[in-house]
Amino acid sequence: MRVELERRPQHSALFSAVSPFIALALTVIAGAVLFSAMGKNPLDALFSFFIEPLTEVWSLHELAIKAAPLILIAVGLSVCFRSNNWNIGAEGQFIIGAVSGSLLPIMFHEWDSVLVLPIMLIMGAIGGALYAAIPALLKTRFNTNEILSSLMLVYVAQLFLDWIVRGPWRNPEGFNFPESREFDPEAVLPELVPASGRADLGIVFAVVAALLTWFMLSYMLRGFRITVLGQSARAGRFAGFSATGMVFFAFIFSGALAGFAGISEVSGSIEQLQPVISPGYGFTAIIVAFLGRLNPLGIIAAGLVLALTYLGGEAAQISIGLSDKIARVFQGLLLFFVLACDTLIHYRVHIRRSEQSELAGEGT
Amino acid sequence: MESVALAEAILLTITTASTPLLLAAMGELVAERSGVLNLGVEGMIIIGAVVAFVGAFTTGNPYIGVLCGAVAGCLFSLLFGFMTLTLVTNQVATGLALTILGLGLSGMIGESFVGRAGVQLEPIAVPVLSGLPLLGPLIFNQDLLFYLSILGVVGVGWFLFRTRLGLQLRAIGDNHGSAHALGISVIKTRYCAVMFGGICAGLAGAQLSLVYTPQWVENMSAGRGWIALALVVFASWRPLRVLAGAYLFGTVTIGQLHAQALGFAIPSQFLTALPYLATIVVLVLISRNRRLTLTNTPASLGQAFVPDR
Repeated sequence: MRVELERRPQHSALFSAVSPFIALALTVIAGAVLFSAMGKNPLDALFSFFIEPLTEVWSLHELAIKAAPLILIAVGLSVCFRSNNWNIGAEGQFIIGAVSGSLLPIMFHEWDSVLVLPIMLIMGAIGGALYAAIPALLKTRFNTNEILSSLMLVYVAQLFLDWIVRGPWRNPEGFNFPESREFDPEAVLPELVPASGRADLGIVFAVVAALLTWFMLSYMLRGFRITVLGQSARAGRFAGFSATGMVFFAFIFSGALAGFAGISEVSGSIEQLQPVISPGYGFTAIIVAFLGRLNPLGIIAAGLVLALTYLGGEAAQISIGLSDKIARVFQGLLLFFVLACDTLIHYRVHIRRSEQSELAGEGT
Repeated sequence: MESVALAEAILLTITTASTPLLLAAMGELVAERSGVLNLGVEGMIIIGAVVAFVGAFTTGNPYIGVLCGAVAGCLFSLLFGFMTLTLVTNQVATGLALTILGLGLSGMIGESFVGRAGVQLEPIAVPVLSGLPLLGPLIFNQDLLFYLSILGVVGVGWFLFRTRLGLQLRAIGDNHGSAHALGISVIKTRYCAVMFGGICAGLAGAQLSLVYTPQWVENMSAGRGWIALALVVFASWRPLRVLAGAYLFGTVTIGQLHAQALGFAIPSQFLTALPYLATIVVLVLISRNRRLTLTNTPASLGQAFVPDR
């Protein structure tokens, strides 16, 4: 038996719409198989993983908290990936954004003003953008592979955060715990509905960023340039679009959003710096971007789905004693299925029983 | 005498730190020479590490562990091969998926083994030669995986540049369309190359959990897969330069550890960051030389191939 692909004359509109849903369905099926292999009732496990977190209001708030950074980062990455720039280091830009934004509430905590929060957010975005500009500079100036350089900078950022929290920024009144000073109230992102849960303005920022980016990609010349340069650098050159400029734009744009996500997360939900501030949001956002088919509107939905896997992992750990590592497994599987299903958009898939028998079996 | 013993001990730790990089990079080199960019090295290493540990732990035999690690790496690479070669998915994204899946799955498999004492892969002394001063203990009294890494890299060099099959593999990597027209099976060769990469990465993982630190620690690969990828670029796709690069990075890693132990006034985090920063610096130095990279980079690297019929 062998699998053969036949290129479609035009990409299939049907499959570009349904492929993310097929991928989700396949992930749930794979999850059921995985759960029963671990000796759990698959229906119970799937229920506590995917449904239970959605049944209570406080838990919906947690969903919004987890979805906000994922959406913010993934929206930036969608611009990168569309323009064929592989920024894999969003996790590092997230961390550097959080550190640069925290400069104000940690070093100048006496300053008490309504301006504190907006300045923090802007500094976070600038920090992330500058950190992302490093791989862009190395790529354009020295032809250095941006995948490897941006990824290496993640490790550097993680170690830098670890150092600054344990060293110079350790809370002087913190009983020697490796934590920074807690942020004062004016440096904390306001909660949306404090009566019912913790969700803060972060999710609003995320949705606004997604809408604005969608508008840019759909209706502005900049969006057109991104698509042209991404699909054919040669065509872009003939049209007079600057490839170098686009590398910088894509990296700085996505770095700024990742940095903004970092400072929003720290200011909204952690309210201080800790040695580890992200459960891998920067990497999970790559899955979000692909599940959302690199479309900012799709990314909003995809961000909620991936946020659910984080919550589901925690819920499954508490209610049925599964390892919370299973969330990462689900995320990896989901990305595999998303990529495999995307093949259906551009190709017809034929499954042949042997090399001789033509069209022995056809499947899609 | 004491300083000789110390130098010997340090050199031994360098070989131990370099071997996993060398194994993983030499596997990836073959895959990339055939035109496949597998960014999932990190995932294959970590799954190899955990499966090797569990295999050795449950049977008590480290060699069964090594075998398990190689098989796990190979299975992971087959998954990558099926996705990118049969279903022609994007190689960069699929490699990332493999890494994410590997990190998650290894954490799950290894959860109940955290903190357990592992089984050490013992050195095998080569008769007579291991008695040589200095070189003896360093080169001829090592574990199986060290010998495999050295013989492997020499073997890969011979295979790629001295055999017909190696020539075909490089032809596929440079122009898969022409290779296909000549009647070479592009997909089959690439599957083999990717699987070789997976086996090597699995062995690199086994080295980490059976030799380097014989225990299971979550995320113990610590970016070595990515450094191995960078080494292939650094080596401009040449096996002997991979050997040199791996030992250079092993030396940096061990050097920063000794610097930490000596208690320099530099924060330990900065020293730990050195291998990652060194990777970036080295990449910049190599890739700024456009002629060198253009002549050596496999021209079809990362491109999907769908045979027309």
